[in-house]
Amino acid sequence: KQMTVRDALNSALDEEMSADPKVFLMGEEVGEYQGAYKISKGLLDKYGPERVRDTPITEAGFTGIGVGAAYYGLRPVVEFMTFNFSMQAIDHIINSAAKSNYMSAGQISVPIVFRGPNGAAAGVGAQHSQCYAAWYGSCPGLKVLAPYSSEDARGLLKAAIRDPDPVVFLENELLYGESFPVSDEVLDSSYCLPIGKAKIEREGKDVTITAFSKMVGYALQAAEILSKEGISAEVINLRSIRPLDRQTINASVRKTNRLVTVEEGYPQHGVGAEICASVVEESFGYLDAPVERIAGADVPMPYAANLERMAVPQNSNVLSASVGEPGNLMCPEYF
Amino acid sequence: QTTLTIETSVPFTAHKIEPPSRTVETTPKELLGFFKDMAKMRRMEIAADSLYKSKLIRGFCHLYDGQEAVAVGMEAAITKKDCIITAYRDHCIYLGRGGTLVEAFAELMGRKAGCSKGKGGSMHFYKKDSGFYGGHGIVGAQVPLGCGLAFAQKYSKDGTVSFTMYGDGAANQGQLFEALNMAALWDLPAILVCENNHYGMGTAEWRAAKSPAYYKRGDYVPGLKVDGMDAFAVKQACKFAKEYALQNGPIILEMDTYRYHGHSMSDPGSTYRTRDEISGVRQERDPIERVRKLVLSHDLATEKELKDIEKEVRKEVDEAIAQAKESPMPEPSELFTNVYVKGFGVEAFGADRKEVKAVLP
Repeated sequence: KQMTVRDALNSALDEEMSADPKVFLMGEEVGEYQGAYKISKGLLDKYGPERVRDTPITEAGFTGIGVGAAYYGLRPVVEFMTFNFSMQAIDHIINSAAKSNYMSAGQISVPIVFRGPNGAAAGVGAQHSQCYAAWYGSCPGLKVLAPYSSEDARGLLKAAIRDPDPVVFLENELLYGESFPVSDEVLDSSYCLPIGKAKIEREGKDVTITAFSKMVGYALQAAEILSKEGISAEVINLRSIRPLDRQTINASVRKTNRLVTVEEGYPQHGVGAEICASVVEESFGYLDAPVERIAGADVPMPYAANLERMAVPQNSNVLSASVGEPGNLMCPEYF
Repeated sequence: QTTLTIETSVPFTAHKIEPPSRTVETTPKELLGFFKDMAKMRRMEIAADSLYKSKLIRGFCHLYDGQEAVAVGMEAAITKKDCIITAYRDHCIYLGRGGTLVEAFAELMGRKAGCSKGKGGSMHFYKKDSGFYGGHGIVGAQVPLGCGLAFAQKYSKDGTVSFTMYGDGAANQGQLFEALNMAALWDLPAILVCENNHYGMGTAEWRAAKSPAYYKRGDYVPGLKVDGMDAFAVKQACKFAKEYALQNGPIILEMDTYRYHGHSMSDPGSTYRTRDEISGVRQERDPIERVRKLVLSHDLATEKELKDIEKEVRKEVDEAIAQAKESPMPEPSELFTNVYVKGFGVEAFGADRKEVKAVLP
């Protein structure tokens, strides 16, 4: 059976709303418009305007309202039309949501999910194309998830909604329409994935490639090509940015002795930088080569198609980094 | 129990609504209760001032003395099922919600027995079991949060309301208007209480607000201007607001009040206002003195009896401080608790990961 990521997210929301009357969805265009990206399609009809709440364009306001409702004990799912707009509300995500359980010594828990598309989109310029995994991933008190496949999307969103802590759920617009095979188990309404556990998407023994969200697809394609050249790559789909599954990453590096990290976000202080630090701390002696970091270019996202291509990782980057050709990381054909 | 009828100090000024009557009913018990509760709050804040100066309280500390009538008047009108959320000037709101002096002082001194086990500090008091949701440090952020509490109350059909307190400084924050818009769109039982003490830190209201008539700033949302130095006016306004909000949605109450202390302990409070202004308010509008006069004029107690109450309160505060000082600092292991409700057994690290690490419960 096949399922798109969009349908996976939609069915996960539907099932969790059906299972728990405290779960409600709020955000811009989630109701009558059926979702800017149609993730909430059909939910207004099924659950009504009390539980599928269209908001004005007012991120700081509705995010704060969502967090307040979670203080009281509801389980809000707050949709950002894209995570770029969450910057308007980041104070509520960090200061109001992530810290309250700690500051109140456990009196005020915040069971809320902040979700929406994250990362580079296509041709929308600098303000609408960036990855927030590292931003939110650096904050204790938050959990940060990034699904790749339909299985991830279903299992992780259900886990996020059921979790008693604030979860930042980073989707990817370019994956919404992609179909993935799903098992009967994944389709079962009780299906749920553990938070904080990475998935080894493909086993290998020569090099470890870590990736999350859309980049998992690139890593898998690279691994396929590498296998034809006799290189066996292990691909780790991180799934969870915080908690980060350091154990799985380090165990893999200890086996393959090589690491390539892949992400769309900026390189400086990025997810790859953190993984690199973890491997240096825990598995330094096992490395046979310097860690290669593939990341978005260290620039605001340009609009022109050729420049945009240069600013986000391509398959060829993952490939050349995995084969290990120093100085060949930016593909020369672009210059 | 006899019923007393008291007139509020001044009439309410209303925006887009018929104001409630100036005549407030009370009882001798309530009047004396107001006196004692406000005296306790006042004494707590004065004692916190001393503890701060003797370096037993760290960091920021914002005191409430002068504004006590708002806390006690509001409590008299509502129940603990109604919610309150406020900013960082939160000690007396906590006490009003039934918090204890010992837990307050222990929190101020960062001790284990504190209401947030010493992990919150002066600005982060909470008492969820009686509807107090903090204690927030970012000016204005508590307003959408409070409207979220009201959202949840309405969603859960609880028939209760939320009181969201903010100062005249926060009244200019954009997110306040965002939250008010949604509260009005969705008829949330949200009462926005602007405690106008006339200075946002050291900025006089007229230097920060083109219109300092905060009760009118909700435009399409009705508002009342209330003498916030008169506990009975506050009680009347809050009772009125609760009934209104349950039926119709949000309403703004502007409490005209005054803080005797500076903004925080680092502010002597005298560079941006005159000493005459402060002493003038103390002489003419002090909320405790107002209630003292009412008690005396109704022959409910003698001056000596009121002095005795104040002495008793003083003793209670001193004892609470002594007890709070006995409480140890939090265990080092508390560093890693409550980061999450469910930590999944993930490892977290201290400053030097080789020396300090813990498994998150």
